[in-house]
Amino acid sequence: MSVDNLESVILLENARLLDPAGGLDALGYVLVRDGIIAAVAAGRPEGVELPAELRRLDAGGRWLTPGLIDLHVHLREPGDEHKETVVSGAAAAAAGGFTAVVCMPNTRPFNDCAAVTLQILAAAAGAAARVYPVGSISVGLQGETLAPFGEMRRAGVRAVSDDGRPVVNSQLMRRALEYAGDHDLLVISHAEEESLSRNGAMNEGATATRLGLRGIPAVAEEIMVHRELALAEYTGRPVHIAHVSTAGSVDLIRRAKARGVKATAETAPHYFTLTEEAVGLYDTRAKMNPPLRTAADVAAIREALADGTLEVIATDHAPHSDLEKDLEFELAANGIIGLESALPLSLALVRDGLLTPLQLVARLSTNPARILGVPGGRLAVGEPADLTLIDPDYKFTFRADELKSRSRNSPFIDWEMQGKAMLTIMDGRITHQEISF
Amino acid sequence: MSADYLFPHRHILGLGDLAAADIDFILKTAESFKEISQRSIKKVPTLRGKTVINLFLEPSTRTRLSFEIAAKRMSADTFNISGAGSSTVKGETMVDTARNLAAMNPDCIIIRHACSGSPGLLARHIDASVINAGDGAHEHPSQALLDLMTVREHKGRIEGLKVAIIGDITHSRVAHSNIIGFAKMGAEVRVAGPATLIPPGIAAMGAQHCRSVRQAVSGADVVMALRIQKERQQDPLLPSLREYAIFYGITPEVMIHAASDAIIMHPGPINRGIELDPALADGPRSVILDQVTNGVAIRMALLYLIMGGE
Ligand SMILES: [Zn+2]
Repeated sequence: MSVDNLESVILLENARLLDPAGGLDALGYVLVRDGIIAAVAAGRPEGVELPAELRRLDAGGRWLTPGLIDLHVHLREPGDEHKETVVSGAAAAAAGGFTAVVCMPNTRPFNDCAAVTLQILAAAAGAAARVYPVGSISVGLQGETLAPFGEMRRAGVRAVSDDGRPVVNSQLMRRALEYAGDHDLLVISHAEEESLSRNGAMNEGATATRLGLRGIPAVAEEIMVHRELALAEYTGRPVHIAHVSTAGSVDLIRRAKARGVKATAETAPHYFTLTEEAVGLYDTRAKMNPPLRTAADVAAIREALADGTLEVIATDHAPHSDLEKDLEFELAANGIIGLESALPLSLALVRDGLLTPLQLVARLSTNPARILGVPGGRLAVGEPADLTLIDPDYKFTFRADELKSRSRNSPFIDWEMQGKAMLTIMDGRITHQEISF
Repeated sequence: MSADYLFPHRHILGLGDLAAADIDFILKTAESFKEISQRSIKKVPTLRGKTVINLFLEPSTRTRLSFEIAAKRMSADTFNISGAGSSTVKGETMVDTARNLAAMNPDCIIIRHACSGSPGLLARHIDASVINAGDGAHEHPSQALLDLMTVREHKGRIEGLKVAIIGDITHSRVAHSNIIGFAKMGAEVRVAGPATLIPPGIAAMGAQHCRSVRQAVSGADVVMALRIQKERQQDPLLPSLREYAIFYGITPEVMIHAASDAIIMHPGPINRGIELDPALADGPRSVILDQVTNGVAIRMALLYLIMGGE
């Protein structure tokens, strides 16, 4: 049996190569062999020795980027497979141009021990995207005792977080930062001061008042962002702030980075695309935590993406069925799906002149790989052949019945979008193809 | 009102949805219905054969009774479903409840619910007309309409009046509907209360936030005290009801600053001696019992306008 079958050798030529790590933005080609990048260069593959059996694909000048990596998804397996499984979530990822996803531990049971980590990784074998599980910071996400970081790391966890809940106890967060270093784990913070946000359903302000909904003030996020930065500074350990949604958080992170705090931070497409007005008349598809904020916050988030204060765009993909969403607004679950809408929404930042294509790829691929400490994020020989071919001009309607995710909870359903992943390759294998060559 | 005005609403979800012309028309209709309740036989056949369901998923005696009397005086058949203390009927979701109710072909559902926006959710899943009888901290439209009717009855107008609403503005759907209603009808609306109970963005709703009760009441034609609750969702809002009574209660000393012919209102039930001095509640300026009477007329008008207009 030859390993050089058609799938294992692919030449993608006439592509606009976008590699932020190497500063490369030029027409060129990538040769994929046995799941790794065997060659990458500007220009045409003339004088390059090519195998006889080769799948040769003309990219037609479309963008070829390292595979997109989503630092923040919820896959719902184990426990809520009616919302999403590891396999369906990975398929949604591939369809959205992602080759790897980082899945949060708030499953049922929680991923707070090696057994659950192994279960998730077993489900991920053969899935359409790499799956990097996140272990919990505390046992049972109870915020009391540290979860077994070392054993979970051995089982395959790459980061720890109690995402979905904040770590209320500051001493526990401090210990988590210290101990995570021993096991080479990234600590991801869901920053929320619960005594300020409890029972809140949307951003605090005039809109919440008009709708009679209890508000979640920006300061509930900012107080905790400040605490995480202070603890990171005190311990000298890195911290990653998840789903930043407010202008105040951005300001805190920018100033902390300037004085050398090892902080990184992400935001999600809905926080730079929508304001609290999207709640409209109690539309539960616009309910998430943190909530959609004001136009001033959106402007600050966009500015922070441009200047690199926020170096990652992650989706916070949070699938829910109608059982959790077709309810009174206050009773509905938080969260929206994001894997299949993130790329087109992010490409709008390039069209708006906020980011260069290279900067966008850095936020969706290179930086997540670096922060998590995993391969990928680069177009370089020897890297895994995780690649995304993007048509930035492709126009389409974002339709619920075309989603690969098992859930439909998105405020972007029926939006006219521009830009899409036309081909996704993970580990040298085509995981999504929307184009014929 | 032009002769060709047609009431354009199928549902009454909040004053936010109603134009000033709609409010005026509802008040006029209610004023014409008030006489029915003064007859010896208090019944007209207008809504005979119509089915009205009172779906009260939060404790309520007064509002439910008022709607029931209104429906019966119009000869509608009324049925009560209550799930006091829970926001659902036996754990059913609102959408399931709506489907089950729809199967009984009601003409109108009157809903009270602890969650803001739930009447709209019900309306989206059922063909019947929906009247909001109070949803969370959102709106209580029939209460505001009966308050507007009562003020117009006593003052002859609403436009240009100074209306002071005192108390827990944050959690009060009565306050929200009244702010919207009085502002739409041209009154100057002021609110005052502990800073912990004044929500952000109240100016956008149409009210001016006054720093003190005295400032809000100064020169007011209408003074409305709201019912106060000390504890809400583990939120430390007030030191004590005693302190509230001292600094935010409506007393004869406070009323000295109001217009000499100012009227006093309260949506009930009253915490006597806390938000409102008993002498004022029972005194000549109080129109609290007129509010209750007008409540039936307003609810008759609403039922008539959304069901029996033909
Ligand atoms: Zn989170």
